[in-house]
Amino acid sequence: MNKTAMIRRFHQASWDEPIIFDLSEPGQRGVLVPEAGPKIEESVGDGLSAIPESMRRSDIPLLPEMGQPQVLRHFNHLAQENLGADYNVDIGQGTCTMKYSPKVNEIFATSSKIADLHPYQDESTVQGALEVMYRLGECFKEISGLDCFSLQPGGGSHGALAMATVVRSYFRDRGEEDRRDEVITTFFSHPADAAVPIVKGFKVVVLPPDKDGLPDFEAFKAALSDRTAAIFFTNPEDTGIFNGRIKDFTGLARKFGALCCYDQANANGLLGIARAKEADFDLSFFNLHKTFSSPHGCGGPATGLVAARQFLGTYLPAPLVVKKGDRFSLDWDMPKSCGKIKAFYGTLPVIVRAYAWIMSLGAEGLNEASRVAILNNNYVMKKLLSIKGCSISFPDHAPRIEQARYSWRKLKEDTGFGTEDVQRRIADFGTHYWSSHEPWVIPEPFTVEPSESYSKADLDEFCAILERISQECYDDPDTIRHAPHNSTIHHVDHDVLDDPDLWAITWRSYKKKYDGYFERRKD
Amino acid sequence: MKKVYPYIPNSAPEAQKEMLEYIGVQSIDDLLVDIPKELRIRGGLKLPRPCLSEAELRRHMDGIIDKNIPAGRSISFLGAGCYNHQVPAVVDEVVSSAEFLTAYAGEPYEDHGRFQALFEYQSMMAELLDVDVCNVPTYDGAQAAATSLRMASRVSGRNVILLAGAIDPDRRAVIETYLDPVLSVEYLGYDEKTGLVNPAELKEILNDKVAAVYVENPSFLGSIEERGASIAQIAHDEGALFVVYVDPSSLGVLTPPSRYGADISCGDIQSLGIHMNYGTGGGFIATKDDPRIVEEYPSRLFSLAPTSGGEWGFGDVLWERTSFANRETAKEFVGTHSALWGIGAGVYLATMGPRGMEDLGRGIMQRSLYAKKRLSEIPGVSTDRFGSVSFKEFVVDFNHTGKCVKDINEYLLGKGIFGGKDISSDFKELGQCALFCVTEMISAEDIDFLVETLRDCLG
Repeated sequence: MNKTAMIRRFHQASWDEPIIFDLSEPGQRGVLVPEAGPKIEESVGDGLSAIPESMRRSDIPLLPEMGQPQVLRHFNHLAQENLGADYNVDIGQGTCTMKYSPKVNEIFATSSKIADLHPYQDESTVQGALEVMYRLGECFKEISGLDCFSLQPGGGSHGALAMATVVRSYFRDRGEEDRRDEVITTFFSHPADAAVPIVKGFKVVVLPPDKDGLPDFEAFKAALSDRTAAIFFTNPEDTGIFNGRIKDFTGLARKFGALCCYDQANANGLLGIARAKEADFDLSFFNLHKTFSSPHGCGGPATGLVAARQFLGTYLPAPLVVKKGDRFSLDWDMPKSCGKIKAFYGTLPVIVRAYAWIMSLGAEGLNEASRVAILNNNYVMKKLLSIKGCSISFPDHAPRIEQARYSWRKLKEDTGFGTEDVQRRIADFGTHYWSSHEPWVIPEPFTVEPSESYSKADLDEFCAILERISQECYDDPDTIRHAPHNSTIHHVDHDVLDDPDLWAITWRSYKKKYDGYFERRKD
Repeated sequence: MKKVYPYIPNSAPEAQKEMLEYIGVQSIDDLLVDIPKELRIRGGLKLPRPCLSEAELRRHMDGIIDKNIPAGRSISFLGAGCYNHQVPAVVDEVVSSAEFLTAYAGEPYEDHGRFQALFEYQSMMAELLDVDVCNVPTYDGAQAAATSLRMASRVSGRNVILLAGAIDPDRRAVIETYLDPVLSVEYLGYDEKTGLVNPAELKEILNDKVAAVYVENPSFLGSIEERGASIAQIAHDEGALFVVYVDPSSLGVLTPPSRYGADISCGDIQSLGIHMNYGTGGGFIATKDDPRIVEEYPSRLFSLAPTSGGEWGFGDVLWERTSFANRETAKEFVGTHSALWGIGAGVYLATMGPRGMEDLGRGIMQRSLYAKKRLSEIPGVSTDRFGSVSFKEFVVDFNHTGKCVKDINEYLLGKGIFGGKDISSDFKELGQCALFCVTEMISAEDIDFLVETLRDCLG
């Protein structure tokens, strides 16, 4: 049974693919548009002469002109030069909960009965959509232990925005808005937890970690005051350390009259184990595309479900889905609602996938997903810590929940190579690895989150790759120095990206600034 | 016997045993020591009985989803921010490829394709909008509008936003939420004769506290704003920026906002090959290549960059401005938004090409004119509430029919037609009016059938 971990030979596709404008051939077309037809033409003419002169486009936009096979081939080449999660052991993308998104759920999400719905259709014609939204919300009442929910946020950071907006509306309603102008968050929470409250006009206090990696309780006591509107906490934080004292934090915040907001981006290790209710949180958001499995789509579309205790339900973004008898409808009658966060009601395909995922596992399956995520994480942790040059943040604190933050500090000291070098080299093995959120308080960090989707052999393979790379850093520095070797492209020179004279955010901008391949224009 | 789940390979007891032995613990429970008893869920979760097999799941899901009657497969005149356009199959093919669909935040070395596809999306949008900079999509057009206004505030150092003309109430609600309480919002409605902004009133209301004048073109009520240049002039004379929300599907035939003085163009890409999905979207923000403005984008901007091997490389412009790098001192925030729709819109624009976008715009203009003409032949029904030209959408006035929009729409629905959006509560001053939308998916026969059915209804 004890097989040696496999390291595959891999080479990513490299098509030397031109920028699409260089594939344009005059006169070609990729699709035809339904014509208005003779009846309309005879009645109203060309339509264009009706446009006021100042508003009639005088030229055509310089889009590429291509036949459909050429368009498809171009994007298929780009697709082959992209490593989707379905192709690799994607656990190096810590904090993002890369997991398998079941294919059957795609059939539901892309069905015409979901994709071709209009948000202003009569409610009698969208009972299925509303029912999925309602049923999902009911599941989340149980998963979070809270009482009300909104599916409106477009992603995790947007979920944080929804919480901050509810907090402001709540204190405005109580006449405390002017006084309560601070939000407390922690160092290892997602960057959005620090950035979002500013958008809603709050000042942000960031708690440092204590020696165990937990938010410093003494600093917390000192930060709390009657100015505190809310705390924005993640638990476990991105270090994977669960804060068993969380109730001390929420309890104390409550004494000061603050609301307790839970960023549950890291919920994947807690399903059926612990939740917002028992830890005394008032608001909580989940990333449906992460924990509840939707393909990440190169960065969305996503959904951030936000749940609230009863007393905050009236402040959630309107409308909410309600059920009366057998009929589902959108309830707009929410005079205290914090307003709208996103156009319409939420990203239905992601909502459908999340519901299907929950239904395919049930309570026991959800719990098994979390337990296996924890098992996988602790297994990987032990393996990675046996690799030369690798250590873990807050080493005295084991085990971890669903992920862990590691450090290549020793590797850097010994060899001069750090996390960015590992990142370049790992692409040669057909997988991906991200460092960590900034700032890098843990030196040369990387975060690994081996969710429940990966087998023991997958995990062994990923660990063996990192072991090989570490070995190369010590024994074969040239291989690391010139990596990647098997990728679509070589080392990117980032020097142009911060210089207004040199960056080129569009092809036309490149043409204006450069003569040929990055040769500056002389004129 | 312990259940083994297809999506959870290590739910197999053999694997668990081996891994626990390696870790050196007896059971998974030993790994949960940090979670005190008082924080545990007592008795486990109470969820509905699962559908463990795919067959059961399909039956369950289809049973729910089949209750929907999709507008996209009916005769639908619904628009108002979400549009039924042709979605070429090639767009679906690309966005459903596992390489794009399941990728996330990879590095240039293994996700080169994503960087290039999104750079090309930015570049094609820039051609359509006649600008040099466009971002990776935000959540939706409403957020793009709100962020554009916050950007304008940071550029100008002022904190009042003026929303002018007939604005989408749903979008306005999002803008208000997003600006509150940091910026304050003032309003200038529309001229009741034209449906457009009244420049004289604008001049009067404008002052040196206003960071931006925001106009939608076409307006929410469908009118084409033809005096964009004078509005821009008035805004600029007072030191305010001019922000225009534009429907990108119009830009094959309508002048892009940058040409009549818009400092920031914004909007939603749902019209560009993205299914309606009950109201999904992706927002774009587009500007000139002025570092003062580029520095204020909160979202990702991909740039070309050279590589040591001479290939086209890509990277993030001014990473330090984003909340990923800067947390509480960032420009707003960035996270998972709707990048896949950016790739889809890129495929759409490449497939359409310049002629496709022109044909699209022309066809929509022709259909709007025809629909307006035919509808106005019905006694009591009027489509010339405003003396302005419209694109894609227009107001149908039922005030003189003796019937309310709600009843009319119910009648239409009974005949298989999704009537225009009832705007009688959002635009009370218009009384019983509906906003009708005609895209290229509507045929002359559809319009004729609508007219015939309305005649029967209003009889």
